[in-house]
Amino acid sequence: MTVLAVAGLVKSFGGVQAVNGVSFSVAAGEMLALIGPNGAGKSTCFNMLNGQIKPDSGRIALNGRNIAGLSPNRVWRLGVGRTFQIAATFASMTVRENVQVALLAHRRHIWRFWRPAAAWFVPEADALLTQVGMRDQAERAASVLAYGDLKRLELAIALANAPRLLLMDEPTAGMAPAERTALMQLTRSLASRQGLAVLFTEHDMDVVFGVATRIVVLNRGELIAEGDGPTIRADPRVRAVYLGSGVTSGGHRC
Amino acid sequence: MHLRRRTLLATAATLAAPAIVRAQGDTPIRIGEINSYTAVPAFTLPYRNGWQLAAEHVNAAGGVLGRTIEVVSRDDAGHPPDAIRLAGELINDRKVDLLAGTFLSNIGLAIGDFALQNKKLFVAGEPLTDALVWAKGNRYTYRLRPSTYMQAAMLADDAAKLKAKRWVTVAPNYEYGQSAVKWFKQLLTERQPDVEFVGEQWPALGKIDAGATVSALAELKPDAIYNVTFGADLTNFVRQGNTRGLFDGRGVVSVLTGEPEYLLPLGEETPGGWIVTGYPVDSLTDPANKKFIDAYKAKYNELPKMGSVVGYALINSIVAGIAKAGSADTEKMADAFGGTSFETPFGPALWRGIDHQSTLGTYVGKTALKDGKPAMTDWRYVDGASALPSDAAVAKMRPA
Amino acid sequence: MGFILVQFLTGLASASSLFLVAAGLTVIFGVTRVVNFAHGSLYMLGAYLGWTILSALPRDPAWFALGVVLTGAGVAAIGMTIETTLLRRIYKAPELLQLLATFGVVLIVQDVVLKVWGPDDLTLPRPRWMRAFVTIADQRVPVYDLLTIAIGPLMLLGLWLLFTRTRWGTLVRAATQDREMVAALGVDQRRLFTAVFALGAGLAGIGGALALPDGSANGQMDLTVITDAFVVVVVGGLGSLPGAFLASLTIALLQAFGIVLFPKITLVLVFIVMAVVLVLRPNGLLGRPLAAARGDANTPALVRAAVPALRWLGAAVLLLAALAPLFAGPFALSVLTEMAIAMLFAASLHAMMGPGGMVSFGHAAWFGLGAYGAAFAVKGLALSMPAALIIAPAGAALAALLFGGFVVRLSGVYLAMLTLAFAQIVWAIMFQAVSVTGGDNGILGVWPAAWATDPRTYYWLTLAICTAGVLLLRRILYAPFGYALRAARDSETRAAAIGLNAAWLRLAALVMAGAAAGLAGGLTAFAKGSVFPGYVSIGRSVDALLMVLLGGVQSMAGPVAGALVYTGLFDILLMVTDLWRLVLGLSIVALVLIFPQGIAGTVHRLWLRGREA
Repeated sequence: MTVLAVAGLVKSFGGVQAVNGVSFSVAAGEMLALIGPNGAGKSTCFNMLNGQIKPDSGRIALNGRNIAGLSPNRVWRLGVGRTFQIAATFASMTVRENVQVALLAHRRHIWRFWRPAAAWFVPEADALLTQVGMRDQAERAASVLAYGDLKRLELAIALANAPRLLLMDEPTAGMAPAERTALMQLTRSLASRQGLAVLFTEHDMDVVFGVATRIVVLNRGELIAEGDGPTIRADPRVRAVYLGSGVTSGGHRC
Repeated sequence: MHLRRRTLLATAATLAAPAIVRAQGDTPIRIGEINSYTAVPAFTLPYRNGWQLAAEHVNAAGGVLGRTIEVVSRDDAGHPPDAIRLAGELINDRKVDLLAGTFLSNIGLAIGDFALQNKKLFVAGEPLTDALVWAKGNRYTYRLRPSTYMQAAMLADDAAKLKAKRWVTVAPNYEYGQSAVKWFKQLLTERQPDVEFVGEQWPALGKIDAGATVSALAELKPDAIYNVTFGADLTNFVRQGNTRGLFDGRGVVSVLTGEPEYLLPLGEETPGGWIVTGYPVDSLTDPANKKFIDAYKAKYNELPKMGSVVGYALINSIVAGIAKAGSADTEKMADAFGGTSFETPFGPALWRGIDHQSTLGTYVGKTALKDGKPAMTDWRYVDGASALPSDAAVAKMRPA
Repeated sequence: MGFILVQFLTGLASASSLFLVAAGLTVIFGVTRVVNFAHGSLYMLGAYLGWTILSALPRDPAWFALGVVLTGAGVAAIGMTIETTLLRRIYKAPELLQLLATFGVVLIVQDVVLKVWGPDDLTLPRPRWMRAFVTIADQRVPVYDLLTIAIGPLMLLGLWLLFTRTRWGTLVRAATQDREMVAALGVDQRRLFTAVFALGAGLAGIGGALALPDGSANGQMDLTVITDAFVVVVVGGLGSLPGAFLASLTIALLQAFGIVLFPKITLVLVFIVMAVVLVLRPNGLLGRPLAAARGDANTPALVRAAVPALRWLGAAVLLLAALAPLFAGPFALSVLTEMAIAMLFAASLHAMMGPGGMVSFGHAAWFGLGAYGAAFAVKGLALSMPAALIIAPAGAALAALLFGGFVVRLSGVYLAMLTLAFAQIVWAIMFQAVSVTGGDNGILGVWPAAWATDPRTYYWLTLAICTAGVLLLRRILYAPFGYALRAARDSETRAAAIGLNAAWLRLAALVMAGAAAGLAGGLTAFAKGSVFPGYVSIGRSVDALLMVLLGGVQSMAGPVAGALVYTGLFDILLMVTDLWRLVLGLSIVALVLIFPQGIAGTVHRLWLRGREA
C-alpha cells in the first residue's frame, strides 16, 4: 500500500532550481533511502515533505491526501513523524518525559494546568521506549545520554503520534559505525512490524545498501535513478555522479 | 567597614526578638529621621551635618522638658516603599516619639500619609510639594521649607518688575516641575496681565538634552526665561545657554538656583543677574545667621549649605514644638505645634496652625560672580508668611 | 531654516555622544555576550577620573586630548581588573549571571565614587576654546559640538579599521560570530575577552571624559546613561557598530526635533523608538539573529521536583513564617510581608524566564500595573480590598495579553529589551499623567480594609496568597502546560515537530507571569498604603531579575530563595549602614562567585554530587 506519493515536485530559490520535477513513492513497511551528492536537493526535498518549505509546484500525497504546503504542525497531525540530523530532544527532561510530552501533544492534552505531566501516559511512553530499547534508561536525563541513545530516544518521540510515515534526516550522522547499523536495523524492524513507511537521507552507503528496501538518487535537483541496491550500484549515471565527486562510502560529511 | 549605629548581628536579633518596651522619664526624646542620604547626597550630607549640630546645641543647653534628644537616622535609598518600612521600624522597634526629615516630595507624601494612618507626628524638612500641607495635608504632618508655591510667589514680584512680555519655561518633567511652572504662570499673570507664555521645555530629570533644549527655547525669541531645572541638568543647561547666547539680553528667573548646592557647581560659568531663590551664605552678617555659620564652620570646616540650614532649623522647630506641648505625646504635639514660634539661622519663624506650613522664608537675589566664584547679590530675606495665599484660599485646599 | 539646520547639528552632536557610550557596550556584548550593567558606571568613572586628570592639566586643546586619552586608558585598566577578577571566573556560568555580577559592580562603584570624589557635582572650568561658537544662519553653534560631531564618525571609522584591518580585529569578529570556533583555532579566548572588555571600558571612559565640558561629573550619571546605551545597542542590533551609530543618529535626531514639537515627550521617546524598531525588526536595525550560546553551562539542567528534604525544609520555613506574628514585632512583620510579596514577584518572573526561556528586563510593568490597578479600584472606583486584589492580577494579565503578542515573537536580549520598553512606557504614563495618577507623588491612602488593618492579619493574608500563588505557579509548571513550555524552550525544532505552538505557549506563560506579578503589586499597594511610578521603574525590574538570578533559574526553589535572601539582605543593610550599596554590591559579587548556578542551583548540584551516577 502506498503511503507517500510524490509527483512533479519543484522548488527554486532565487533562480536556482533546487528540486526539479521529482516523483517517487513509499509503501507501508518500506525503507526508502534518498541519496545524492551534496547540493543534490535532498534536504530541500525533505523539508518540503514535512512542511518546512512550501513547494513551487507538485503534489505530495499522504494516503491519497495532498499535504503540499501544509504547516509542519498540520503535517505532523496527519501522521508524519520525523527525526533531525542533529538529534532534537528536550534536555531538561528525563527520557520518559520526552516521550510523555510528545504523547501529550499528540493527544492534545497540552493546555492542562493541574495534573502533573509525569502522571500522564506512563505505560504508553514506556511501551515506546521498550520498542527502541530505551526502557531501562527511562529515568535518566536526556542531556546525559550517549549520542546513539539520544537518537533512539528521538526515534521514540517521533513514533509517539503513531505515524504512517517516518522521515529521518541523516539518522546516523555523528554516530559510531556499529551504532549506525543497530539504529537502522531497529528502524527497519519497526517499519516492517508496524507497516510504517520510512523515508531517510543518508551519507553512509553501508547503511543505505544495508537497510534500504529501495533507493532514490538525486543529482542537481533531478531524480537520476531509482531501484533496489544492486540496481543502483550498477547504474552508470549513479557511478558517474559518485565517482565524480569521490564519495562512495564512509559517511563523512563535510 | 563602617557600620553605623549598631552591628548587623544586633539588628538580626531585634528582627526576631519582641520589641523592647522602654520606660519614659530619663530616656531621651527620640526623633526618627529618614532621608535620601545615598540618593541625593549633595543635599542630604550637609543636611545631616545641620541636624547633628542642632542636636548637639539642644542637648548642651539641657535638652527639652529635662530630657535629651536623640536622632535615629535612616537612609530611604530614594524609594517611598523603603521609607515607609523604615518609618515602621522607627516607630515600632526604635520607639521614636515622632518622625522627621525626607527630601523627595513623593517620600514626604508617603510618610505623611503613613503618619496619618499610624497617628504619629511627622515634621517634613525639605519636600517642596504643595500637596504635603494642602491637598494631602493632615493633622499629623508639618512642613518646614517654603513650598513650590511659595518659591514661585517669592520670585513673581521681581519677575513682574522685568516687564518682559514673552516668557518661556523650562522645567524637569515631573510633578515638582509642573507645579512650579503652573504657579509661576498664575502668579505672574495676576501681577502682569499682559504676559504671554510662548513656549515650554520639559527635559527628563537628570537627562536633559541641553543643546536641543536651549536652541528650541532661543527659537521662540522670548524676552525672559523661567527655569526650574536644578543639579546636573542646570549645569548642562547653563553651559549650553552661555555658549549659544540664550541668556544674553534676557531676564532669567530661576527657582532654587541661589542655593550653594546648585550654584557652586556652575563655577565661573555662573550667569550674572538671574533672579533666584537661595542662600547667600558668604555675605550674611546678621547675628542669627553668623552664629550658625560660625558654629558650622568650626565643627565641619566648611561653609553650610541650604541643606545644613534645613537640618538645623528642623531640629529647632521640633524642640520648640515639644516644649510648647509640654510632652512628647503625639496628640499633644499635633495640637501644640500650630502657633509655635522657633529660631532658625534665618531668624524667627512660626508653625502655622491653619495648614501646618512653617513661615521659614528664603533669600531672593541675583546671581553674580564674585572674585571668580558664584555668589548671590542684591539679596533680601523674604518671610514665608508673605508668600502664602490667603487663609480662605488655604482652607479651601485642605481636606476637611 | 536656520533653526532646523542648527537643531540638526545639535542632534548630530548628541548622536556622537550616545554612540561613544554605546560603542563600548556593543563591542563587549558582541564578543563576550556579557550584558554589562556596569557600563554606565565605567562611563561615570570616566567622568570623575577625567575631572581629576583634566583639572591637573593645562587647559589647551592638546592637553585636553591627552587627558581624555589618559582617562580612557585608566578606565580600560579598571575594566580589565573587573574582567580578570570577576567576570572571567563566571564565563562558564549560565548566561545572565554576568549581568548579576555587573550589577554588584554598579553598587560598589556608586559608593566608591561618593567616598573618593564626594557628594557634590564636579564641573570642569571651560577655557575660551571650549566656549567658542561659530555662527551658522544667524544661530550660534558651539565649536565643541562640531568637535563632538566629528569624533563620533571618526571613532566609528577607527573601530571599523581595527576590526577589519588587523589580525586581532579579525579574531574578535570571528569570536562575535562563533566563540567555540575561535577557541578551536587555538586562540587564547581569555586574553581576547580581557582585551575586548578593556577596549569597551576605555570607550566608556572616553565618553565620560568628553561629556565633561557640557556638564558635570555626578553620582546619577551611571544609571541615566546605561539605559540610553542599552537602547542604542539594541535598536542598532547587538554587536553591530554601524547599527549602534545608525541608532544613535535616529534617536538623537528624533529627540532634537521631537522636543520642539512635543516638549513633554522627553521621558518616553527613546523607548517608543525602541519598541517600534523591535516590533518591525526583531533583531534591531542592522543586527543578525544571535546564534544560541552553546557549552555545558547553557544546556538546560534536568528539572526534578524537589527532593523530600527540600520539601520538609520548605514546610518548616512556611510553618515558622505562619507562626512569626506570635513572636515577631511589627517591623519584622513588615519585612516578612515584603519577603512574601518578593517571593511571588520573583516566582512570576521565574515562570517566564526559566521554563519559558524569556528573560524580562521590564517585569515591573506587570507589578506596577497591578499596584496601580488596585489603587484605582479602591480610590477611583471605591471598590473593596478583595475586589482590588482581583482587579490587580486581572488588569496586569490583560495588559500582558495585549502586549505579549509582540514580545513572544522575539528572543534573547531583544525580547528582554522590548519588555523594558513597554515597562518604561507604562512608567512614563504613570509619571506624567499627574492629574490621573498623581505623577511621581503617587496615589496615597491605599490602606487595607478595616478587617486587615492589623499588620498581623495583613501579613497572614499576604503569606497565604503569596504561598498559594507560588505553589500554583509551580503546579502549572509541572503540569502538561509547563512541560510543553519547557519543551519549546529546550528545542524549538522538536517542539514544532510534535505540533507545539511556541508562540501561544509563551504568550500564555507571559499572561500567567503578568497576573502573578500584578497580584504581588496589588498586595504591595496595600502593604505600603500608596503606589508610585517607582513600582514600574527599571530598578524594580532589576530587583526581580536579581532575585531570580541570585536564587537560580532552574527550579521554583531558586526565585524563592533569591527573593528571601535579597530582600532580607537589602532591608537589613539599608537599616544598619550608610555604605549599604558597597556591602550589598560586594555581597552580590561574593554570592555570584560562591553560587555560580544561583543559590538553589548550586546547592542542588552539591546535593546531587555522589547521589547520581
